Amino acid sequence: MNLLEFTNNGIYCPQADVYIDPWRPVARALITHGHSDHARWGHQHYLCTESAAPVIRYRLGDIRLETVAYGEKRVINGVEISFHPAGHVVGSAQIRLAYKGEVWVVSGDYKLSDDGLAEAFEPLRCHTFITECTFGLPVYRWQPQHAVFQDINNWWRANQANGKVSLLSGYALGKAQRILRHLEHSIGKIYTHGAIENVNEVLRNQGIALPDTIRVTPEIPKKDFVGSIIIAPPAALDGTWARKFQPVSTGIASGWMSLRGARRRRAADRGFVLSDHADWAELHTAIQDTGAERIFVTHGYTGIFKKWLQEQGYDAHEVSTEYEGELGEVNEGKES
Amino acid sequence: MKDFAQLFTRLDQTNKTNAKVDALVDYFAQVDDADRLWTIALMAHRRPRRTVNTTLLRAWAAEYSGMPLWLFEESYHVVGDLAETIALMLPPQQGENGESLTYWVSYIRDLQHLEDSEKQQRITQAWSRLNHAERFVFNKLITGNLRVGLSQKLMIRALAAFSGVEENSLTHRLMGNWAPDDTTFQDLVFGDNPLDDISKPYPFYLAYQLEATPDTLGEASEWQAEYKWDGIRGQLIVRQDTLFLWSRGEELVTDKFPELAPLAKLLPNGTVIDGEILSFANDQPLPFSVLQTRIGRKNITKKHLETSPVVLMAYDLLEWQGQDIRQQSLEVRRRLLQNLVAQYPANGILRLSAALQFATWEALADLRAQARERFSEGVMLKRVNSPYRSGRKRGDWWKWKVDALTVDAVLLYAQRGHGRRANLYTDFTFAVWNGTELVPFTKAYSGLTDAEFRAITQWVNRNTIERFGPVRSVKPELVFEIAFEGIQYSNRHKSGIALRFPRMNRWRKDKPAHEANTLADLQALLAAPG
Repeated sequence: MNLLEFTNNGIYCPQADVYIDPWRPVARALITHGHSDHARWGHQHYLCTESAAPVIRYRLGDIRLETVAYGEKRVINGVEISFHPAGHVVGSAQIRLAYKGEVWVVSGDYKLSDDGLAEAFEPLRCHTFITECTFGLPVYRWQPQHAVFQDINNWWRANQANGKVSLLSGYALGKAQRILRHLEHSIGKIYTHGAIENVNEVLRNQGIALPDTIRVTPEIPKKDFVGSIIIAPPAALDGTWARKFQPVSTGIASGWMSLRGARRRRAADRGFVLSDHADWAELHTAIQDTGAERIFVTHGYTGIFKKWLQEQGYDAHEVSTEYEGELGEVNEGKES
Repeated sequence: MKDFAQLFTRLDQTNKTNAKVDALVDYFAQVDDADRLWTIALMAHRRPRRTVNTTLLRAWAAEYSGMPLWLFEESYHVVGDLAETIALMLPPQQGENGESLTYWVSYIRDLQHLEDSEKQQRITQAWSRLNHAERFVFNKLITGNLRVGLSQKLMIRALAAFSGVEENSLTHRLMGNWAPDDTTFQDLVFGDNPLDDISKPYPFYLAYQLEATPDTLGEASEWQAEYKWDGIRGQLIVRQDTLFLWSRGEELVTDKFPELAPLAKLLPNGTVIDGEILSFANDQPLPFSVLQTRIGRKNITKKHLETSPVVLMAYDLLEWQGQDIRQQSLEVRRRLLQNLVAQYPANGILRLSAALQFATWEALADLRAQARERFSEGVMLKRVNSPYRSGRKRGDWWKWKVDALTVDAVLLYAQRGHGRRANLYTDFTFAVWNGTELVPFTKAYSGLTDAEFRAITQWVNRNTIERFGPVRSVKPELVFEIAFEGIQYSNRHKSGIALRFPRMNRWRKDKPAHEANTLADLQALLAAPG
């Protein structure tokens, strides 16, 4: 019996009888982070990190949820379970399971670079590593974030000089706050879409410092937005909500913006390549640093990435999730 | 090339035509005449010959990136653009590049006669010196597909703003047989009358599709109608006893249609006719598929001339007795054309596209309904008092096509698209039933919305049966209405038929796969007229 198995409900530990980020209702769920495809409805019992809990509670309402500190060890039927920073979003974790000397790590979603907001990724040694590979192709390579934010701030400044509104989209949990943290507040006013401002409030309440933002409401006169930047979730860019901001320059902050095709399809003026996932190089560093020989790949270009790892000498396997395939198109613009 | 790469980036960063034109005007102001000329040439589809084959280019890019070729190919399928894939995969820049666009164009052209190993060395050297945006443009210059989201029309608008030369005059100057090697920016844009070059064609007037009913166009009496011929648009020029035949793609195709050569002697000098090059026998047009057998052939054989003889179906006269008469009304031009065709019968190789007789729009609708029987795609509407305009303009010319034929078919294979559709499944193969078997009979790529393509992509991901490289076979469940303009027997296709202009009309979510059409249904259409 393996320490972890791949079932129709998700990743399962039979010895401890717990699931990790299950997609169907189960008795006990370990949750890596608060994005909706990882923290789902209907489980009887949830366990996550302290800093991930407020958003999960906010999104899922009245649930039975217990929290652990990063690095704190829980033992369930002999299995030692601990959560460690994954660097993806605030509160995100890799989950480490150890039983009779055998160690498995489930990466959840992660990135290696410190974004100044999420708890920075911690490398863990293990025998078996289950890694996401959302951007597991050599065409995905991130610039250092200071260079990306310089581009974003320059874009905002140029739009302001041209009397335009800057409308920038990013996922409501994680990407949006990361952007807020690195905008140059001195340039102008920062507005937020309600979905983002709700998350901001949750995070501020747990003590995370974010710059002052103004929630977009129907009462605000149109002219107030000129020269300012508005942060909105990706879906809001296409709807009627965005139409009142004119004249406008639109931007999208996402790893998918690496590809011209994806950007042109979204018909945004600017694509900023900014991701909360590991790029090709980071995936390799992360895998190497675990010292693991057996690698399971999930979420992303799994077939290709597995084959590549096998050629590099790893005992690599593919885990198909219910949401198989190129998630980039499924979620277009949203990285969850 | 820094400027050119920056221009490309700027054009890429906006959807607004004014911003694109501004970017190009700024660019023209920054660079020298040589780069201006090459930029115009590249945007007017006058790229130099390809000097490197792309199979080798892929192998070299993979090698320089330290990636196995299969991983490069997989990445290419996801990115959907070769030049971009290479730029994304290459290791970081090593050196610097201060050279001009013209320098790099020559660099690529000079590769032509080199051994492959030397080509590889030079290309790798170039890559090492260029940054990401420059590599992308450099690769585009090699592969030759430099689409920058800027039509020739906008380029001309920018050039007009920069040079002060009027747009129509520029359009004309940029037509015809010029190449950047034989001219200079000054000569091309500011030189003497373009008619000095006797081969120079006029810009074609292109019609939009009529989406509404024709009564929205006003009185029927203000319009001339002809059948819309299914051949190749052509402009025939006779000047100084020499004949030139231009296709709409501004390609000189004189040698490809030797049947028309006698017109050089028969027609008076200073004659320019707009018409359709049409395969024609026994007093009636032949289907486009017959003409297709000789398009694109380098050498026209005797057999082509026998099985697919062409005529010029004339519909407009642009120059007469050496005078540009495009500003005269269609009525006047038409009368001159009629006289011309009557006066120079030319053994049937020059024919007049007959004007249809109709008093009301209803009567025209009846004639349009017979279009397929006349081997035509519908009718053309032209305003009687209108001049001959340049380019695609609304108002005076409309094409009013017959409704397409349709068939419901089952999605069998899916492949990812390219460019802005990269990473989405957009290229599909469809099948119809033959007994209990599904027979593939057509591919189609267009007609659905992005949202529909996204939904299908998700569905394909979940319902893949097998993968063959970039192609996936999927569960035979989804049904689509396929529209097409014509249907032909074909011995090159397993189904025995070939469609003209197939596209997806709509996604038949209401139909289960077993209710899709059959091969027999398609064969019945073959038997029907058209």
